Amino acid sequence: MTQKYSNADKTQSNTIECLNISEKKVGLFVTCLVNTMRPSIGFASITLLEQAGCNVEVPELQSCCGQPAFNSGDDEGTRQIAYQTIKQFENYDYVVLPSGSCAGMIKKNFIEVFKDQPEWLARAKHLASITHELLSFLVDVCQFEPNDVELDGSYTYHDSCTGYRSLNVYEQPRKMLSQVKNLEHKPLNNHAECCGFGGTFCVKYSDISNEIVAEKVDNVVDTKADYLLGGDMGCLMNIAGKLNREGHKEIKALHTAEVLAGLAPELLGGKDAS
Amino acid sequence: MQVNSPENFTENVSEALAQPNLKKVIRRTTDKAETKRAEAVTNFPEFENARLQGQKIKDHTIKYMDHYLAEFEKNALAQGTIVHWASTAEEASKIVLDICRQHNAKKVTRSKSMLGEEIGLAHAFDNSDIERIETDLAEHIIQLAGDPPSHIIWPAMHRSREDVVKLFREFHTDPTYSEEITDLVRSARRDLRTKFLTSDIGISGSNFLLADSGSSCTVTNEGNAELTITPPKVHIVTAGIEKLVPSMAHAVPLLRLLTRSATGAEITQYNTFHNGPKRANDADGPEECHIVLVDNGRTKMLAENMEAMLRCIRCGACMNHCVVYKHIGGHAYGSVYPGPMGSVLTPHLNSLKVANKQTHACTMNGRCEEVCPVNIPLPTLLRSLRAKSWQKKYEPLTNRFVVQSFAIMAKRPKLFQLLSSCGVIFMKVFSRKGWIKYMPFTSGWTRNRDLIEPESTTFMHQYKKMKKNKSSGA
Repeated sequence: MTQKYSNADKTQSNTIECLNISEKKVGLFVTCLVNTMRPSIGFASITLLEQAGCNVEVPELQSCCGQPAFNSGDDEGTRQIAYQTIKQFENYDYVVLPSGSCAGMIKKNFIEVFKDQPEWLARAKHLASITHELLSFLVDVCQFEPNDVELDGSYTYHDSCTGYRSLNVYEQPRKMLSQVKNLEHKPLNNHAECCGFGGTFCVKYSDISNEIVAEKVDNVVDTKADYLLGGDMGCLMNIAGKLNREGHKEIKALHTAEVLAGLAPELLGGKDAS
Repeated sequence: MQVNSPENFTENVSEALAQPNLKKVIRRTTDKAETKRAEAVTNFPEFENARLQGQKIKDHTIKYMDHYLAEFEKNALAQGTIVHWASTAEEASKIVLDICRQHNAKKVTRSKSMLGEEIGLAHAFDNSDIERIETDLAEHIIQLAGDPPSHIIWPAMHRSREDVVKLFREFHTDPTYSEEITDLVRSARRDLRTKFLTSDIGISGSNFLLADSGSSCTVTNEGNAELTITPPKVHIVTAGIEKLVPSMAHAVPLLRLLTRSATGAEITQYNTFHNGPKRANDADGPEECHIVLVDNGRTKMLAENMEAMLRCIRCGACMNHCVVYKHIGGHAYGSVYPGPMGSVLTPHLNSLKVANKQTHACTMNGRCEEVCPVNIPLPTLLRSLRAKSWQKKYEPLTNRFVVQSFAIMAKRPKLFQLLSSCGVIFMKVFSRKGWIKYMPFTSGWTRNRDLIEPESTTFMHQYKKMKKNKSSGA
């Protein structure tokens, strides 16, 4: 770590360093959806990680975790994407992503495409071992508790599939959200049933995906919650998009990190869909 | 019988989604199955261990398949059963029909068997002069309706009670005019009873084949398998070679997993172990017994690293819990085996070229794997089929182009960042009040839902700017 970044020129060209200096050096993989559609989730992640005592870096040369290629069966394309992700992130103490789906890709699936390349397989396994989904990382690794956050109203929680089933993300967001003042939890019926996003699935089989998300929306609306929270931008985009199409503008979808970092009031005021 | 083709999956899906009541009738069954299974698992504290044990039993038997097949044959022959081997579906169904013809059979009764469907027995009988009588209640319903099965446990789940009332009134010799379920069941019972007693040959499937005794096990709730097998002079079993287990001690743990995962029941009403033809002192039973052991792609699956799929005990839990199956139903898959397990099996029974679309009809949510009683990694297997299909270039060119272009960009982060910024500018053009209702190239998304408006610039752009300001301010 120290050796790699001792070269000042290299550091400047590859990374943007945060000012916090602390024990845990965390590489933040913002993910392509957050980068393009919802940067505030990336900034919220930095805020929370820094509050949790991490030294956060955001490698400039990052793109996508490779799921669109992997799930389409394009192993060679996945490898090409994975090579540069491994190179960019393998020297951190931890790699954190504000998405269970993308974290799962690195933790569970990279090794699938490097079965026949022992050197890369070892590097992929190492990367998998240091990679974490943001919300579980904050609680399980950093023992983080949110600082003095307040949000009036009630929320319901959609558990994204990879986070819930592969990475055991369930209690952690609920635990942190329970410490947000004035925020009430309204349980979601079938909270862990897929929302129908599924990456390329939602455009490849748009009509099946639509039936699935319509049911999710019915369950969300039934809770009468003010906010729909989750830990994955893909699912949130999908459910929020259907909520809006169905005219349920009263329910706002937010990433849990945005709420915990205290960005919710600004986001809700700044971009009112109604 | 209107049978969908797996090749037309996309069209089949549109048809299924257009049926107003289909989802309702599917959910009536799958919701109940989900609840019942969850209760059964809660009441069975050793479930996780049982699952692991079940997986080990299956893996062991599959690994030593040659040994156990030989042992089964030896013991079945010793019981007086005639053993046949079939490599393909056509061969298997020809063996069965030849036996029926040798005995001049006019009428055959069948208890429910997915393997029977797989090898096309129903179709083969319907094209012969031998009358086929389905004795499982649900199979009886779909035989009257002329439908293929839509689920491996509840083949008639796509039919409503109203449909059944109509069918029974039309086809039963002494129909009921009540719409009560018990009366409908009685009506079917009246109709089937004489047929059981006058059948020339009984044909069953098998849930387990026990290598150390040569016996085959059937699991039913209606007792129709027993009535199919006992009265006729000849009994034919058709079974896939993956049904093998070493002994009774290995069948029982799998039986416990099977019933709980399928219907949530601790045990079914009838669990019968059939042991060849009637012996000198037996009161009843068939005089002649045949077993047809069917490969039909199974050894090929072993050779192609798909051996985990051979663990499958056909409980149907994966489809009951599949968000896609629950919305489109079984017929859309165009195969005897629908849902997640079907999407893995069909490419091996048919061909990947014909059945690759199903492998993509999955959100990779992992629910099927979570509920599978023998831990089959269904999403991983589906993904590996996608990879094979990709290598063989079966996907439409446009799909390949989009995915490949994306990969080309994503492996060049600088280009990726630049194009992301362009993407944001493009989306901004179509945004109104925080949402995009329509935008070129995204109809797959915007046809059914809105797209959230992105922030003014990408994260990376904002972040670099922030850092620059911080360092220049410092």
